Amino acid sequence: MATRKLKAAGAALVAACLTAGPAAADLVFPDLSYRTGPYAANGIPFSDGYQDYLTLLNERDGGIGGVPINILECETGYNTEKGVECYEATKGEGALIYQPLSTGITYQLIPKATADGIPVHSMGYGRTSAKNGEVFRWIFNYPANYWDGASHAINHILAQNDGDISGKKIALVYHNSAYGKEPIRTLEELAAKHGYELLLLPVDHPGQEQKSQWLQIRRERPDNVIMWGWGVMNQVAIQEAVNIRYPMENFIGIWWSGSENDVLPAGDGADGYKALTFHNLGMDYPIYDDLKQYVVDAGKAAGAGDQLGTALYSRGMYAAMLAAEAARTAQEIHGTPDITPAMMRDGMEALEITEEKMAALGLPNFGPTFKVTCGNHGGDGLGAMAQWDAAAGTWSLISDYGPADEEVLNPLIEADSMAYAEENGITPGCE
Amino acid sequence: MLYREAGDFKTSYREDGQSFPIRFDRIAVQVTLAVALLVVPFVINDYWANAVALPFLIYAIAAIGLNILVGFCGQVSLGTGGFMAVGAYATYKLMTAFPEVSIIVHVLLAGGITAGVGVLFGLPSLRIKGFYLAVATLAAQFFLVWLFNRVPWFYNYSASGQISAPERTVLGQAVTGPNAEAWVTYLFCLLFLIFAAVVARNLTRGTMGRSWMGIRDMDIAAEIIGVNPLSAKLSAFAVSSFFIGIAGALFFAVYLGAVEVGEAFGINKSFLVLFMIIIGGLGRIAGSLMGAAFLVLLPVLLKNVLVGGLGWPTDLAAHLEFMIVGGLIVTFLVAEPHGLAQLWRVGKEKLRLWPFPH
Repeated sequence: MATRKLKAAGAALVAACLTAGPAAADLVFPDLSYRTGPYAANGIPFSDGYQDYLTLLNERDGGIGGVPINILECETGYNTEKGVECYEATKGEGALIYQPLSTGITYQLIPKATADGIPVHSMGYGRTSAKNGEVFRWIFNYPANYWDGASHAINHILAQNDGDISGKKIALVYHNSAYGKEPIRTLEELAAKHGYELLLLPVDHPGQEQKSQWLQIRRERPDNVIMWGWGVMNQVAIQEAVNIRYPMENFIGIWWSGSENDVLPAGDGADGYKALTFHNLGMDYPIYDDLKQYVVDAGKAAGAGDQLGTALYSRGMYAAMLAAEAARTAQEIHGTPDITPAMMRDGMEALEITEEKMAALGLPNFGPTFKVTCGNHGGDGLGAMAQWDAAAGTWSLISDYGPADEEVLNPLIEADSMAYAEENGITPGCE
Repeated sequence: MLYREAGDFKTSYREDGQSFPIRFDRIAVQVTLAVALLVVPFVINDYWANAVALPFLIYAIAAIGLNILVGFCGQVSLGTGGFMAVGAYATYKLMTAFPEVSIIVHVLLAGGITAGVGVLFGLPSLRIKGFYLAVATLAAQFFLVWLFNRVPWFYNYSASGQISAPERTVLGQAVTGPNAEAWVTYLFCLLFLIFAAVVARNLTRGTMGRSWMGIRDMDIAAEIIGVNPLSAKLSAFAVSSFFIGIAGALFFAVYLGAVEVGEAFGINKSFLVLFMIIIGGLGRIAGSLMGAAFLVLLPVLLKNVLVGGLGWPTDLAAHLEFMIVGGLIVTFLVAEPHGLAQLWRVGKEKLRLWPFPH
């Protein structure tokens, strides 16, 4: 009896594994999302924005270039093992592009996707030196990367202090992972250039326990605190900063530490908290009329449909928009609506985002214009500073889009990408 | 009718002492091995290898290792994740320092290094037992993860703090790195699992295994009849850590290719492997395999059924998965506290009498 049961269970298991996922169709955009676990508060709005934009294209325009889009959502829980499983499960379905929204998973996918010939777009995260497209042929990180972000934060502090920050003390509170460690090198180089003192305070996954870090901040009294946090770590850090009465206007988060979900738990105390961004925020864009008409009111919104217009929803939408525009560009280059991942890569490499394009899409002035080339997979790296207004409950830009310190960053990117090329036997070049 | 001992006569000590004394068992194992070695490599694809086969094989090796310590020697350990990290970082350092040496040697050496570390952290077991020892091994878990995060030498000073496996070949076939074929990685891990299972099985029924079990069942009595607790406990820690180190090395080099210690080898790994042996059956080699299969395959199966088959939202499926797996664990432990291996044994007892139970 027992063996028969086991055999039946085994057969059911084999059958279920064989029927994994729906059949391949049209333009496949996998969405490696996370709606569970300690990072869900940030994963949900991004994924909702990503899916809603693609759903809008399907409902309003019938897809991209007349070919419908197939979204394959796969839950990673911000976990690399599950991320790999999601990648393997979806790549066979004809996936055109991966946007895993996790630096850890991006590091996993860089060699795998390069070997399989599927482009990865790590927008504002992932490996910074992927900006060098001659080494990382399949990896893109336009329009801005972490080292740009670190430089923007320092530029902002410089501007506040009339260009002189020598002798100042700046603390970096970071997620103790590949993600959080990414800016350290840049901040150290910039410290050598500008003469500030850098204080490194790692916070371990998932980031709920930060008492000792903030006690140290209270003792050392840094002039500024920069944060590289994600998920529950953001909320805890902002609450802890409020608890020690750290001046919020001196507290700067990277763009991943600047969503509504991060500041709302701290209430009025979070007023004045700053975060970087590489695109505009808010709902004053014509696209929201279409989104409402075709997606939300039609009951097709992803998730609970309550994240519209939040910072990370906007970013997810922006990521989907860039992917869709790259697909459109690829269709134009190759003259066929049915594109392959290799064609998609060409489209991404030839992507040009202009003001007219954004206006035509219903997102006028939504972000800076940029152009991707083979040598530069990272765009221009422009960034702006946003500030939280707790009373109004909104983020608003308090600076223009400014450039990063290319003079410091470019040699770092060159060195890091060349080290990768040497380790992996890659001959840099565009062909 | 099929499964019986009657008529299966042994005429030599060698035959009497074989691993699977019942002919039906022997044939079943041989057929399984033949399929796993000769058929599966030809049909396996990337998805099956990376989502199902590799995690199962690697966790099975780790579970065999932990089972030796917890199941056979009775020393509770929560340091599995940390010891796997030792295996992973040892392989990484060896791979990058001696690129010309075969990856097989590196994996075995990594196991050896982990065995040394395991013995070091096993020393407290000579003075403390039970929950107190669990806490001491928990300290090993946190200390090792902290160490690999803290000291840049372990990750070759890379900017991200990650380690990534360069490409290494065995007999001209890439085993690690992105260009490794699914069947090569599968076979590589399978051979290590077979090695681990054979070694563990034979150790546990020899002198060493008997002294471990003596210590487990009653340490004072074991000491009185001449078992040296020092050598028994430390050898259990060494052998256990050796296998766990191999599992960590394969986990990093072959399965994931790049890891970050805090995420890949956190406390969750320790619990996961501990659950595997508890569900599978403490003190049973087959139990380790069954427990690993249960905890690796069930989530994948549930995900494919709920999301792929029924089209439910991914977050709902992920939450249901927690509940179903958790519920099944509780049910199993209430219905059969000795694990899946005991279920299998009861099943075999019934099979012997079938179809005439009276």
